[in-house]
Amino acid sequence: MRMTNTLLAAAMAAVFSVVLPAHAQEKKTLTVYTYESFVAEWGPGPKVKAAFEATCDCKVNFVAVADGVALLTRLKLEGAGAKADVALGLDTNLVKEAIDTGLFEKSGVDTAKLTVPGGYRDDIFVPYDYGHFAVVYDTQTVKNPPKSLKELVEGDPSQKIVIEDPRTSTPGLGLLLWVKSVYGDKAPEAWSQLKKRVLTVTPGWSEAYGMFTKGEVPMVLSYTTSPAYHMVEEKTDRYQAASFEEGHYIQIEVAGLLKNAPNRELAQQFLSFMVTPAFQDEIATTNWMMPAAPTEKPLPEAFDKLAKPAKTFLMDPARVAKNRRAWIDEWLAAMSVN
Amino acid sequence: MLTRAERQRGYAGGGLVFAGIVVFIALAVFALLSFNSGESDRPFFDAYVWRILRFTLLQAGLSTLLSVALALPVALALARQPNFPGRIWIIRLMAVPMGLPVLIGALGLIGIWGRTGVLNSALATIGLSEPVSIYGLSGILIAHVFFNLPLACRLLLAGLERLPPDYWRLSASLGLPARSIFRFVEWPAVKPLLAGITGLVFMLCATSFTLVLVLGGGPAATTLEVAIYQSLRFDFDPGRAISLALLQIAVTATILALMALLPTPKNDSAATGRAARRFDGSDLGMRVWDGTIVILAVAFLCLPLISIALAGIRADLVRLLTSAIFWKAAWTSLWIAFLAGVISLTAATAIINARAAIADARGPGITARGFSTLLASLSSLVLLVPPVVIGTGWFLLLRPYGDVASFAPLLVVMINAMTALPFVMRVMAPAFATHRQRTARQAANLGIFGFARLRLIDLPVLISPIATALSFAMALSLGDLGAVALFGSEELVTLPWLVYSRLGSYRTADADGLAFILAILCLALTVAGTAGHRVGKDGQQ
Repeated sequence: MRMTNTLLAAAMAAVFSVVLPAHAQEKKTLTVYTYESFVAEWGPGPKVKAAFEATCDCKVNFVAVADGVALLTRLKLEGAGAKADVALGLDTNLVKEAIDTGLFEKSGVDTAKLTVPGGYRDDIFVPYDYGHFAVVYDTQTVKNPPKSLKELVEGDPSQKIVIEDPRTSTPGLGLLLWVKSVYGDKAPEAWSQLKKRVLTVTPGWSEAYGMFTKGEVPMVLSYTTSPAYHMVEEKTDRYQAASFEEGHYIQIEVAGLLKNAPNRELAQQFLSFMVTPAFQDEIATTNWMMPAAPTEKPLPEAFDKLAKPAKTFLMDPARVAKNRRAWIDEWLAAMSVN
Repeated sequence: MLTRAERQRGYAGGGLVFAGIVVFIALAVFALLSFNSGESDRPFFDAYVWRILRFTLLQAGLSTLLSVALALPVALALARQPNFPGRIWIIRLMAVPMGLPVLIGALGLIGIWGRTGVLNSALATIGLSEPVSIYGLSGILIAHVFFNLPLACRLLLAGLERLPPDYWRLSASLGLPARSIFRFVEWPAVKPLLAGITGLVFMLCATSFTLVLVLGGGPAATTLEVAIYQSLRFDFDPGRAISLALLQIAVTATILALMALLPTPKNDSAATGRAARRFDGSDLGMRVWDGTIVILAVAFLCLPLISIALAGIRADLVRLLTSAIFWKAAWTSLWIAFLAGVISLTAATAIINARAAIADARGPGITARGFSTLLASLSSLVLLVPPVVIGTGWFLLLRPYGDVASFAPLLVVMINAMTALPFVMRVMAPAFATHRQRTARQAANLGIFGFARLRLIDLPVLISPIATALSFAMALSLGDLGAVALFGSEELVTLPWLVYSRLGSYRTADADGLAFILAILCLALTVAGTAGHRVGKDGQQ
């Protein structure tokens, strides 16, 4: 299929180069650094690329690395020499470090109309979607899901949960901050109690979620939006997210303009495009996150059934950056005691 | 009995490979160290590092002991029962765990040993309600035995099969009891291999990462490799990553060196000289014993594989097999694996020839002998160099010279070739040594050298270990995600990358299907590898 597409594209290019020779050569290329699942065939990438290219008279070129963390590492490695115009896919926990690299500058995008809970505001990064961390459970085995973080911590130790490691994954770090937000100084005690319910701690989300869907463990740390995937794509409401009374910690995904962007104007145009319905309409069912700005198409019905956090936790990124190591050490100590 | 020219070529080849590997690693390390990543205020050798170092050594030591100790009876049984039903397929299946992405292997193991796995479900039906928990050290050990027992077993079996058939005929006619056969034939054949195999398995277990975290049950189970990954990926502290990697290499090298000090007979005494004899294993008691051992090993090995296959078959295989991205990934994976395999084999051959040339020289000096040892250790220790360090280092080096994406495939090939080298060496070195002992004098006396020698004497016998080594290296490379993940190039999509990308976006069924296809591919490679093996054996007889 790719082959025919290439042939078709080549044929069209040949035709157009005859009709519009000058024009075709002047087309600018916007380079967007992002993460792999964004550009996957089922991800938002292909659709937003087409939508933006229809308006910009340009070509969008995605360069995809494994995840948001790898994206930041890539930018650090390349420094000022990076060919990227836009970096798309950092999250709120990486924002402080990203700003500290000095590689980003103000986006110039009006973010007043955004609908992100928790009041996140930033004139450098543009939020484009968000999700609340949540405990997703299997309704076939968990009849009384925990209604609060407290119930999760103090619940039946024989009913297990699998969580991610804060040393190697963003959801793991999210849970760490969530517990910290709720328990404060008492977090170590909460962890040593929760430890009894933790079946294992995986290096990333994929391992944890794989164990969960294979039925090995009835609860997993994931997102409030995870059940939407199963409802929309697999037509099953077997997996649900538990709504916690204290509130949920949020993960906001953002994009930013690079200071040395070769195509500055195009980059700004793309960032503004990201908060329009043309982009936002695709997010819910391709990235399985909540859109950060108003959409034109209503979200699928499944999204109405998702847990709606009454309260949103979000720590100041600077505070997270400053305390992350100490909190991870605290977590290690609490979780390593037998 | 080499000619002067052959010896010189041997030295030159060895020197070239040695310099190549050293430069390849050193440049990457240098690039990373000179990269200014801001201040690193963390003390290096704190209680945390000390703790994970101890755990790394503990789990690796136990895993190695179990893997090799259990592999030995299986290899002996398989060698003793050449007509065991399905024997060739058992040997072929042993290549599959190596080519599986680690996470898929872990999920397969969980399907059998997990809380809701086959074992615990079976226990539940006979009234035992408290499930057997594998999470913790026991889970790590089970997983490491699953991945490494087959490896050790294949290498040991190869050693046993290299023994001349006369041994078995003689031992049968002498009517020696099994214990004597073990003492006089099997053990001398296996013993010189043990140090190398143990070292290899130890390094694999010491650098294990995903398995240790997923099955370890909590952060008490953390290896140095986790800390290296964390400091380079999450904290971006190259200095710390390299210090940790150096610590890992230093400690492991010390352990391997201590193991090498244990008394082992010289290679040459293993295969020649002593007349040995073998009972044919046709006695009933022996057949029952061997059968039990082999069936247990097959069950342990196959049940998780069956669980992976069952999950794979449930996937929409037709859709997966007809998607363009699959074919692209399969093609990329295969040519990367093939190139890496060929480079690895070439390097291994050069190292083997150089060591042979040094051993052949009349009174090699201390420098020459030192170099020989150095070559041998280098070809093992490369396994301890984290691919993430090499990849990141080379990314920095190549970036000024153009688009890194265009260099990425070459880099992945080189990293995979390097990782496969220790495996390839374990397969080829003993086979080459035995062959040289048997043929060197005759060939020299007959005046057969160069290409004629290669065609008439070497290839007919060595084609078998070469094919096995190539299939080993390719399987290893096929299942490896490591290096690819760093570059994020659209042109560099491999099968393990596809598997992980499906797993990373809720598509577990697709991932299962792709992993199943990957396993079949590995099996096919091994079938090709062991087909050569048979020809080789016939050639020997």
